[in-house]
Amino acid sequence: MKTTAFFTDPTLCIGCKACEVACKEWNEIPEDGLEWRGHSYDNTGHLGASTWRHVLFVEQNQPLAQQVTVGQEPFRWVMLSDVCKHCEVAGCLEACPTGSIVRTEFGGVYVQPDICNGCGYCVVACPFGVIDRRQFDGRAFKCTFCYDRQRADLTPACAKACPTESIRFGELDDLREKANRRIAELEQRGYHEAAIYDAQNTSVGGVHALFLILGEPETYNLPPAPEAPTAFLKSAWASALISAVAFIALVGLVFFF
Amino acid sequence: MSNEVKEARLDAIRQEAARAGKVSAAGVRAAGAPIPQTGERSGYYGLPLLKQPVWTWEIPLYFFVGGVAGVSAVTAFFADMIGSHLSLVRAALWLAVIGGVISPVLLISDLGRPKRFLAMLRVFKWQSPMSIGVWTLAGFTPAVVVAAVVFEFIQTGNHIPFLLILKFLSEGVACLFGAILVTYTGVLLGATVIPVWSENRKLLPPHFAASALGSAAAILELLGFLIPATYILGLVAAAVETLVGILIEIRKREVDRPLRQGKTGRTIRAGGMLSGPVSLAVRIVWGYSSVGRLIAASSFIVGALITRYAWLWAGRVSASDPTYLFQLQRK
Repeated sequence: MKTTAFFTDPTLCIGCKACEVACKEWNEIPEDGLEWRGHSYDNTGHLGASTWRHVLFVEQNQPLAQQVTVGQEPFRWVMLSDVCKHCEVAGCLEACPTGSIVRTEFGGVYVQPDICNGCGYCVVACPFGVIDRRQFDGRAFKCTFCYDRQRADLTPACAKACPTESIRFGELDDLREKANRRIAELEQRGYHEAAIYDAQNTSVGGVHALFLILGEPETYNLPPAPEAPTAFLKSAWASALISAVAFIALVGLVFFF
Repeated sequence: MSNEVKEARLDAIRQEAARAGKVSAAGVRAAGAPIPQTGERSGYYGLPLLKQPVWTWEIPLYFFVGGVAGVSAVTAFFADMIGSHLSLVRAALWLAVIGGVISPVLLISDLGRPKRFLAMLRVFKWQSPMSIGVWTLAGFTPAVVVAAVVFEFIQTGNHIPFLLILKFLSEGVACLFGAILVTYTGVLLGATVIPVWSENRKLLPPHFAASALGSAAAILELLGFLIPATYILGLVAAAVETLVGILIEIRKREVDRPLRQGKTGRTIRAGGMLSGPVSLAVRIVWGYSSVGRLIAASSFIVGALITRYAWLWAGRVSASDPTYLFQLQRK
């Protein structure tokens, strides 16, 4: 089975939030807050247990490529649809003690809702802050990569609904290639700070949801150097082993002398 | 004032707002100022990047109870090997049993779907500290119950070799699993993305081990075992806790701010003082009398409990401010 992926391109996004709506409708996700944060037109704020597509609205006093803002300071408004990264080395998957979180045949990371008992360990294992425990349900939820749709040979709901094809769905290698071509194309049109956020050079080992970002990852609430927490296991366990041996030895000594 | 002047003034205010994120001038009150920005330093309008831990009061209490149970099992094993501290062995074994029974109750209670607790035993994953912890507890509690029951049975006069071997084996298993129980909780917190936890992943296991060691010794002292063994264990534990506290203070790392500042900082310091310098000082200066020892013991227990909660709260604070993560990763 081929590994599928998303490629999200903010230079095409119009901020319509059709992706958010389609995702909620298809997956029958409950409503999770009708706040108005005041951060541009962002009304979801971040990904969570009941928000699996989150459109960011980034307002900055910088020009967008060669555009000129007439009569004012330079300004740009970049919209980006955030989603679960479906990491190659997924912190949530490695941490899950019930084996609820698994890798599907399409390469996505999937939480089996009939097994999850809501221990919450995945929540503190995701380097992107994606997965969370749903409040009155008790289980952890995140983007399923429309596993049910993919199994029926359909495109995930968000990619299907996106009117500008800012969200593209396809094979991972194919999309990686398309992403690099897009960067080159944008470079020619004057976008000098376009980059692909892929996290391939970290312990995450690459993601299956590619993002084209303009500027620094922090601006889009993406960690500049994400680490799957399995990278921390060795040093932590080494310390635990030494501590255990030390305190056993101490107790032994104290009683034998 | 003419319209042009007013417009020019408005433009100036807009420019100042765009540049500085707030406006400071007489008669101008921008609600919500300073206005959140996006960028390399502030992230996405300062909104959190990571998710906060969802655990509630049961988990820090479990860290404490499980730690005491684990140390008690180790204590029971060695005390029984010596053969002379029978009442101590009994106390330690039953302390371990109580802890070993309460611990799963606490953990199950914290689950989002408690009735599905058996799902924890579906798989065993080396790479998940929680999986290792769950299986350790699943082995510890039966072992320590068997050990305690067989011990009592032997005490009623049945010195059958088989029972003695069974007791030795179950105490040994409980000792081994108990040691893991005491130290794995540090790994549980350390192998996460929460900056204040992951950056202290080498400190947490010995910190929690010392905390558990001192707590178990303190409880035994409060139960009346004012013997050299419990004194020394309490002393070493308080010394280690003191060192941990000093280390956190002198390192002055940005990521450790939740441990030094704000409500969480005050709580960690309070807990650290009680289980560290206060317990140590009282034990050294006043430890010759039972009152002094009991005060040192009580101080340690209270400090250890406070510390466990403080680490959870510090984790929440650490996750809620994206700048901790940015500073850590943008090196």
